[in-house]
Amino acid sequence: TCSSSSTPNFSVPSAEKVDGFPRRSMRRARQRRSHSSSQFRYQSSQVELTPLPLLKDAPVAELHDLFCKKLQQCCVLFDFLDCVADLKGKEIKRAALNELVESVATSRGVLIEPLYPEAIKMISVNIFRTLPPSENPEFDPEEDEPTLEASWPHLQLVYEFFLRFLESPDFQPSMAKRYVDQKFVLQLLELFDSEDPREREYLKTILHRVYGKLLGLRAYIRKQINNIFLRFIYETEHFNGVAELLEILGSIINGFALPLKAEHKQFLVRVLIPLHTAKSLSIFHAQLAYCVVQFMEKDATVTEYIIRGLLKYWPKTCTQKEVMFLGEIEEILDVIEPSQFIRVQEPLFKQIAACISSPHFQVAERALYFWNNEYILSLIEENCQVILPLVFATLYRVSKEHWNQTIVSLIYNVLKTFMEMNSKLFDDLTASYKVEKQKELKRDRERADLWRGLEEHQDRRMQMLTEAARNQRNLQERGERGDPPSPSSPQTSHSDQPELKPSGASSSSSGGGESAT
Amino acid sequence: CCCCNEVGCKPGADGDDSLYPIAVLIDELRNEDVQLRLNSIKKLSTIALALGVERTRTELLPFLTDTIYDEDEVLLALAEQLGNFTMLVGGPEYVHCLLPPLESLATVEETVVRDKAVESLRKISQEHSPVDLEVHFEPLVKRLASGDWFTSRTSACGLFSVCYPRVSSTVKAEIRQHFRTLCSDDTPMVRRAAASKLGEFAKVLELDYVKSDIISLFTALASDEQDSVRLLAVEACVSIATLLPQEDLESLVMPTLRQAAEDKSWRVRYMVADKFSETFVSLQISLCFNCIHSVLTIWLSDLCLLCPVSEQELVSDTNQHVKSALASVIMGLSTILGKDNTIEHLLPLFLAQLKDECPEVRLNIISNLDCVNEVIGIRQLSQSLLPAIVELAEDAKWRVRLAIIEYMPLLAGQLGVEFFDEKLNTLCMAWLIDHVYAIREAATCNLMKLVEKFGAEWAQNTIVPKVLGMANDPNYLHRMTTLFCINALSEACGQDITTKQMLPVVLKMSNDQVANVRFNVAKSLQKIGPVLDSNALQTEVKPVLEKLATDTDMDVKYFAQEAISDANVEQRLVQQAAFIFPADQTCCSLAGSQDRSEQRNTVVSITACNLMNSRIACTNPSQTVSFPNFFQPDLHAPVHSLFSAATQIEFDQTNE
Repeated sequence: TCSSSSTPNFSVPSAEKVDGFPRRSMRRARQRRSHSSSQFRYQSSQVELTPLPLLKDAPVAELHDLFCKKLQQCCVLFDFLDCVADLKGKEIKRAALNELVESVATSRGVLIEPLYPEAIKMISVNIFRTLPPSENPEFDPEEDEPTLEASWPHLQLVYEFFLRFLESPDFQPSMAKRYVDQKFVLQLLELFDSEDPREREYLKTILHRVYGKLLGLRAYIRKQINNIFLRFIYETEHFNGVAELLEILGSIINGFALPLKAEHKQFLVRVLIPLHTAKSLSIFHAQLAYCVVQFMEKDATVTEYIIRGLLKYWPKTCTQKEVMFLGEIEEILDVIEPSQFIRVQEPLFKQIAACISSPHFQVAERALYFWNNEYILSLIEENCQVILPLVFATLYRVSKEHWNQTIVSLIYNVLKTFMEMNSKLFDDLTASYKVEKQKELKRDRERADLWRGLEEHQDRRMQMLTEAARNQRNLQERGERGDPPSPSSPQTSHSDQPELKPSGASSSSSGGGESAT
Repeated sequence: CCCCNEVGCKPGADGDDSLYPIAVLIDELRNEDVQLRLNSIKKLSTIALALGVERTRTELLPFLTDTIYDEDEVLLALAEQLGNFTMLVGGPEYVHCLLPPLESLATVEETVVRDKAVESLRKISQEHSPVDLEVHFEPLVKRLASGDWFTSRTSACGLFSVCYPRVSSTVKAEIRQHFRTLCSDDTPMVRRAAASKLGEFAKVLELDYVKSDIISLFTALASDEQDSVRLLAVEACVSIATLLPQEDLESLVMPTLRQAAEDKSWRVRYMVADKFSETFVSLQISLCFNCIHSVLTIWLSDLCLLCPVSEQELVSDTNQHVKSALASVIMGLSTILGKDNTIEHLLPLFLAQLKDECPEVRLNIISNLDCVNEVIGIRQLSQSLLPAIVELAEDAKWRVRLAIIEYMPLLAGQLGVEFFDEKLNTLCMAWLIDHVYAIREAATCNLMKLVEKFGAEWAQNTIVPKVLGMANDPNYLHRMTTLFCINALSEACGQDITTKQMLPVVLKMSNDQVANVRFNVAKSLQKIGPVLDSNALQTEVKPVLEKLATDTDMDVKYFAQEAISDANVEQRLVQQAAFIFPADQTCCSLAGSQDRSEQRNTVVSITACNLMNSRIACTNPSQTVSFPNFFQPDLHAPVHSLFSAATQIEFDQTNE
């Protein structure tokens, strides 16, 4: 409804043209400036920060005390949406954070037990917050600029401190686990939804360290990641940190013990494979495919689940995703065991044939590239007897019909390869192509006939039903008038009315009528 | 009874058995091509009908239950079909046969399939007898509720409320226990599902259990570790509040609600804001039923205590989503709070929100002005209102401008004609030259509504001269706006203004150099024709239309001819109407209406209907539509479609 004129323009002087469309570029420009922040309840306005002495100047005896004071100072939060507010306080906090990072990273013996709760408290206060709603409701991670976290100047230092803290040689998991508990980890995972890629990058490294050092939390972390993925797949379809979480999982899978636990297999089949259905697959597909291949390399017996799963979720309309699926299939085939290949070749090559006949040339091309892969080619050759009949008709037809010349010439190469592999089978298939085609047409005709018959049958029955109902009514009316029911009426004897009533009709009335006869 | 059904249907079914062996049908359901498989699943009822009830039960359903692994698209179609299958398996006494396949469907991963399966299960639960419900349905719910994977437990949440009311008290106790368990489930998905069904489940529970069970579940869910669960609990609050007696609300619901209003997650606060007045309205209604004045006063004072805390908290919320949701409900509260409380507590918030930086917030406040007007009168606010309106009227987002235009007639009615002329009239005229078409169109429509409100005389003095002045604008879009305004205003302004003031301008514009303007002249003449008297039509309109019909531009020609033939048909129909007219009482009374254009439309409609009816009667006497039935629905339909239908018929008749 936003067009400037409802009718086509005739010869209108250009000066008269009115442009009613908002310019997209302008909208973009405005967005790029936007920062969002984390909805802190700023309590800082009341608190006035005063600079403390430098850590490096402190006598050893007072070092821990001063460290602790600095941690407490850093618990004060500032309003970054107002960039000129409380500049002095912001600077004091920034300097303190820098010192803390420096101290944890370089000096030994700083991390003593009483500092753990203070450090974790400081980290929690700063990083844990409910993420703001996206500024742009139709945010497209591929197209749009992300909204950046306004308080990043402080937040980055807090993350840096956390990371150094975890990586410090003095770090004692046994002490940390009292404070870095399940609740803490859950909040950490929620932050992966941040729109700011810088924040997700830190979170990724930090979570990886937590997973590595705090063994007691591992199962819990895996379970919560599962929940996040399931919510993403089946409920919200929106979570910014899928790629980062998958990257962590990639290395976790690498470390799984063999044989694979049921829990891990379930994770593959019920979480990783369904992740392929996501609309935003392109953002995390590389990481996802890596995880999938990791699983296969761990345990070849999961191959069939994977391939059948991918075939089940094969994209129907999105060609971009289809190309990604084909890429992943190739990665899988690259490492597949021949014995596993035999188990899946039939459904797999039916799908590949379908891709070859795709009118979208990139899909067809991606599928045909499989024949350039030597390992795949060797698998095809070993199983030529099975595979060639599956793809032959498609290749033959597409070679004659496809609009794109590159595809046609690729297909010729593939056909030539097949001819060289097994010329006898190739000739047989060429000879029977027409006959098969005829058979297929016949089957289609038979199907149409069958359904026509079924529908006529349905119509007949519906008609019988209406007639039966009418007779029933007549009968009842007659009964009310006191006339004897006519025994010669043919419909009354074999009324199958209750069965044939269209659904929704009340049964009790017809049942009553039935018993009356 | 069931036996005679089976026997009764044998003669018909026998012949079909040989025609359609189950194998062939099952082959169809198993076809390799998904599309074909989907097609056959969608016609599952046809297959079932061909098989008859017994074989549907013994052969088709087991097959469907076994082969549940398929494309989600197919499963979705299956889940939907099975909800309507009761009669095809032999009626309510066999309906439990449908449970096994639906149970499997309720456990699949894909949400849409699961939801559809639950929907179908809910549907067929009503067709179970109480005994079957306990023997077959309730065990299924229990199995789902204790399933391994979260999907089945999620599905179970939606089934408790349909079987609870119809089972024995022992089973009821079990159901309550299962629901409790799911509310504290390990996975957030299940807790979300349980929280979203909490309100529904509370409604079917006995009051004592609402107090003992539901409240504790509500409190627990409202303080869940995940905000997605907490906000669903808040949503349930509305239905829980309606169920409880007034005296219990303060102790049972309010603490949790207060806590939610201060939740650290904006999503939860948003939900509180969104449900605010809904909750309170329900409270007030139940109060009215109680009719206890003292309780009312206590409750009101409590509400005032609550308001300053939670509402101010929310108003100063940093999140615009929360604010804008709150803005849309805050005014609804004024009717509940009464005049004094509104002025004391709400007015300051209201004024603060009118100055909010987010246009949606301001818009939501303005859109709910009628509530305030009822309670304290809009005059109190007009001074604060005006800057807000002006700013919205010039907002950079056209949708915001559009929204404020839509409230103009309402505002004008409440603020009165003087205030309007003084402050708002300029705005309304400025919209006419907005660079977005949608705004110009809305502005035109707005003028029409204003004229309806303030009368033709007001129009003549204030807006008509300005509108007509735009006919000389150098921008052709503005010149066309004049025509659009005339189209919209002519009827409301009446014959006199239209003939004397508008018509000359329209006629003059027929010489415009831009073809778009010229063919819109033709359209306008067609449009205002019914308002003009026949003399003006013949002497002034017709010659101009005839000239336009020879225009060099083909579109101008087309619309001019349209207008000419339209006028002709109308004339003829009016003549004919004299013969056919006294057909129906309703029509007569409508035709006798004082309003001239309504009268004319009625005549034309009736004539057209008559023509159509007589035509139907000629070709197929059995299908004659009885006059009033045929006529009534078309009464408000555009006369135009009737015109064209009538012309067509007339044409046919002439040919015959």
